[in-house]
Parts: sequence; structure tokens; C-alpha cells
Amino acid sequence: MSLVARHLESVGIPTVIAGSARDIVEHCGVPRFCFTDFPLGNPCGKPGDAAMQTAIVEQALDLLWSATAPRTTVQTPFVWDETGSWRTRFMRVDEETLPGLRRAGEERRAKQEAKRAARSPG
Amino acid sequence: MAADRDPAFTTFVRYMDRSRDFYAAQGYDRPYRWAHHEDVPFERPTVERSAARVGIVTTTAMHRDDVDTDDPSASGGAFAAGTTPAPARMHTSHLEWDQETTHTDDVDTFLPLHRLAELAEAGRIGSVAPRYYGVPTLYSHRQTQRNAEKVEAWAREDEVDVVLLVPL
Repeated sequence: MSLVARHLESVGIPTVIAGSARDIVEHCGVPRFCFTDFPLGNPCGKPGDAAMQTAIVEQALDLLWSATAPRTTVQTPFVWDETGSWRTRFMRVDEETLPGLRRAGEERRAKQEAKRAARSPG
Repeated sequence: MAADRDPAFTTFVRYMDRSRDFYAAQGYDRPYRWAHHEDVPFERPTVERSAARVGIVTTTAMHRDDVDTDDPSASGGAFAAGTTPAPARMHTSHLEWDQETTHTDDVDTFLPLHRLAELAEAGRIGSVAPRYYGVPTLYSHRQTQRNAEKVEAWAREDEVDVVLLVPL
């Protein structure tokens, strides 16, 4: 998505990204980024919270006119919950998840191999 | 406001590290090479916010009842679809997001077409583009570049002034 923003900007269409994967977006380098520190899935606000969604969309739009240089990041003021337990949950790798992840990888490679074999005759 | 931070995590989640370790655990030892650029283009809007037509881009796909929701190819290619009425649901299960913590049943949490329509109604923006644009998240930077050119063409047809992009 960051590459799309860069392309549009380079042909004269100003852009802003609203997202939650700050490292990925900033690593790519984009003109404007409105960051909400939420688990991936709801970068424009919590489900059912129209007021928060409006606030985030407004803050992202504001940035289109307020930014004076590329790589401008602003962070919205919202917090997902008081525990922050979501931060370690996604793509978790530990003793508990490791056997399942290894198995999933092996299964996926076997499936891809079977697909390749089916495509190439003889 | 109470912070939700574990003191062990002084700042935002590092997804590049997280996904590298996640796929390494699955036996993929050649890490993904994320796009990185030193130079970043920058354009100022040429119209006032209250007059601007806003376009929006999503990484999600159109929902189809007949598609196996676990099939990554269900995401298809880039597309443009009408913003009125806003879609009631989008296809998201093929994408990487925190499905344990949250859900995507409220489309406005990632494709805020109702919120944009309200802002247009209130005069906070000029209008919402007649179509929104979908760009699948792809492994290949080159294919993404081709999709970016498609979005540019659609945005020009729709006379869009500025674009909001929302990766899920």
C-alpha cells in the first residue's frame, strides 16, 4: 500500500496513509502517515465506535493540508485497551506455538510442491 | 489517559521483526525484503479541504459468497467499485491481521465510507469519489507498481483531489 501512495504522490495526487503497522510504512517511506497504535485490522477506529472512526479519518485528512514535508507521521490519541495484551498475541512464536507453526509450514510447502508437480507434465 | 504499554515494549509493535520470526518458525529462512526508499515524493493539495474530492484505497477485497474465504487467490487483482451504497462487508480473511484480538465486521474500521460521506455532508470535505479502489497486498513490488498505475487511472477518471489509503 505504501508503494501505491508513493506512486500517486509522484504523479501529483497528494496522499495520506491511515494504518497501524508503523515500522513497515515508515521503512518504505511515504509522504504522510496517520498512525493508530491498534492491533492490525481496525486502523480507522474500533468496531461500533463511529465517533472514534470520524476522529481518525479527520486527523488523517488534516495531515494532507498540514504536512509541509514528506515522511510526516502523526499518531492518533487512542488506546486499544488498558492491558495491552494484544501487543504480544499476533504472530506469536514461543514454545507453545512453535510445533504448530513448523507443521503449518511443512504442510504449505507440500501443497505447493503438489501443485507444481501437477502443472509440469511428465 | 492510561497507557496500555508493557514496560518491556517501549514503543509500537515491530511487524517486520515479528513476521520474519513467524515465517522462520515455519521453515522459511529467507526473510521478505520490505520495500525501502530514501527519497519520498511530496505534493501539496491544490484545492481547499472543504472543496476536495477524496478517494480511498483498501487492501481488502470485495466480498463474494461463492469464493472459498481461505483461498488467498480470492483477493484477485486491483479493482474499483461504487462508494454508494457502501459495501456491507469486505473479504479480509486472506490478509495478515490480528484475527484473535478483533474482527472486521464493521467495514468503517478500515474502509470508512460512511464516515467520509458524513464529512462530505457536513462540508468538512468537498465530496467522496464515486468509486473506492482495491489493491491486494502482493509479494511482488513490481505487480504492486502496476496496480498503483491502475489506481492512478481510476482516480483521474473520478477527478479525485486527494487519496486516503488504508492498509488493513
